[in-house]
Amino acid sequence: MTKMMKTSRLYSAPDAPTGICPGCGYGIIKHILANVMEELQIDDRAIGVLGIGCSGFVSRNFDIDWLQAQHGRAPASATGIKRLLPDKVVFTFQGDGDLAAIGTAEIIHAAARNEKMTVLFVNNGIYGMTGGQMAPTTLENQVTVTSPFGRDPNTAGMPIKITEMISVLPIAYAARGAIFNPKEIRITEGYVKKAFEKQLNGEGFSMVEILSPCPTNWHMTPVSSMERIENEVVSYYPLGEMVTGKEGV
Amino acid sequence: MAKVMMKGNEALAEAAVRAGCRLYCGYPITPQTEIMEYLSARLPEVGGHFIQSESEVAGISMILGGACTGYRVMTGSSGTGFSLKQEGISWMAADELPGVIVNVCRYGSGLGLISPGQDAYIQATKGGGHGSYHAIVYGPSTIQEMVDLTGLAFDKADEYRNPVIMLSDGALGQMMEPVEFPDFQEVHPNKDWTITGKGKGRGHKITTAIYTDPKYDQHVREKYARIAAEEQRWESLCTEDAAIVLVAYGTSGRVCRQAVQMARKKGMKLGLIRPVTLWPFPVKAFEQPVHTAKAFVTVEMSALGQMVEDVRLTVNGRKPVFLYSSGMAPPREAVILQMAEDILDGRMKEVL
Repeated sequence: MTKMMKTSRLYSAPDAPTGICPGCGYGIIKHILANVMEELQIDDRAIGVLGIGCSGFVSRNFDIDWLQAQHGRAPASATGIKRLLPDKVVFTFQGDGDLAAIGTAEIIHAAARNEKMTVLFVNNGIYGMTGGQMAPTTLENQVTVTSPFGRDPNTAGMPIKITEMISVLPIAYAARGAIFNPKEIRITEGYVKKAFEKQLNGEGFSMVEILSPCPTNWHMTPVSSMERIENEVVSYYPLGEMVTGKEGV
Repeated sequence: MAKVMMKGNEALAEAAVRAGCRLYCGYPITPQTEIMEYLSARLPEVGGHFIQSESEVAGISMILGGACTGYRVMTGSSGTGFSLKQEGISWMAADELPGVIVNVCRYGSGLGLISPGQDAYIQATKGGGHGSYHAIVYGPSTIQEMVDLTGLAFDKADEYRNPVIMLSDGALGQMMEPVEFPDFQEVHPNKDWTITGKGKGRGHKITTAIYTDPKYDQHVREKYARIAAEEQRWESLCTEDAAIVLVAYGTSGRVCRQAVQMARKKGMKLGLIRPVTLWPFPVKAFEQPVHTAKAFVTVEMSALGQMVEDVRLTVNGRKPVFLYSSGMAPPREAVILQMAEDILDGRMKEVL
């Protein structure tokens, strides 16, 4: 708990508002990222590539180099950077509307090429910035502004499981974590650290999906949003490591 | 270096390598594909990288990322694939990232044909994506010129921090001509705007469009006005005393050069303005002919006429402007000569 509460020098630049809503998971996730970067001492050679949506806010007060990519294209742009600068630590920071919908081709093929980069995939099951539309990750029967009667699997299908999908490929690392209690935060931080270590070791593509709350568009309190993830989301999106590369599962 | 016989697409690719290109990302499409085939073997020889992207969109996004590092980057396509590149070209312009995009133009809308065309002119020159921007656009008409302009394209992309389009076509890409290559350029990726990790002692950088800057609009206006003023290139052939001035670029420009020579042998005063930069359009080339010529004829391989719009804007009603749009077939010298005769004899009326 003490580690979780630490304010990283990387994620402390107060030169802009964070842009995120009260109760958003990004605050915790940015702390996780900052802690890992400090621990691995990679911030001076890290280059982050941002998805579109709320993930684009991350660069505002996070003291590393960033590129704002087009919608869904972050894994492709990160590929271009990493090939030319193989000694740098290159990662994308993307939400589910970005990565799991418009960027499906880019994420699948970056994984298929086993690009030596890391992907942080924040899944809140909704398009946050545009006002809570149904995402490919929205759960069955979940009401959103574009699924007003609940997501109907007959017409909208079932939520997409990108992390499982790329886990059939011989990549270096894939895991899904959550942040709904201190224990899960610590576990997720371990996943993120391992993902970056895979890149540092040149093993290949690594990705961590993080289940995150969006109280604003879920129309729930921050606490009940965390409870929803624990009680409803995890049963469809199970937590844990899916690919651990050379070490074996 | 001695001249070698080389196919247009491969010559362009070799010229790019010599200009310092170190990343090419592309998706197969006829008649562009020889560029990527050549570079898939050639770039690794010089320490560069070739990536066969999963789509045209990914290809342009990869070079956008690569451009951020300061290395020289290129992608290429044709027809429908060039349409898919527009998202990334707009972003590169907004982020002020250099890079070269080749369009080996095929003919037609939609699927179109794999045969040469010149109907990507508007898409290339007017900013084919969203927002207010232009790519600098070069329209070579020989393989040697294609090689020379490819080197220039990379230099200008860096100089203005802006995407540059090489507008080739299926004929130029596939034909062979003798060509002489320039020496290899030493290119240093270290530029003050790149993102390479903040290192020690400097603050972080974010590559994105600077719309938060209240001077953004002014900056964009000044930047493109400067390019328009300083970067016009063209070839004028027999325009001083020409009664009829043809305006044609690329493959059509080759045909028109021949037509001018044929006409002059017959005593007909035909001239040619061959734009080399399509954006900026070489309006300076018209300064004298617009006073001395009787009419202008735009010759292009499109169905409706595209460059003719720029010719009309430039001539601005001072002289009649005619269009020979040969469509999916290359223009023919005999048709051009007949048109010129008909115009001079008053048998052809300007149709707007």
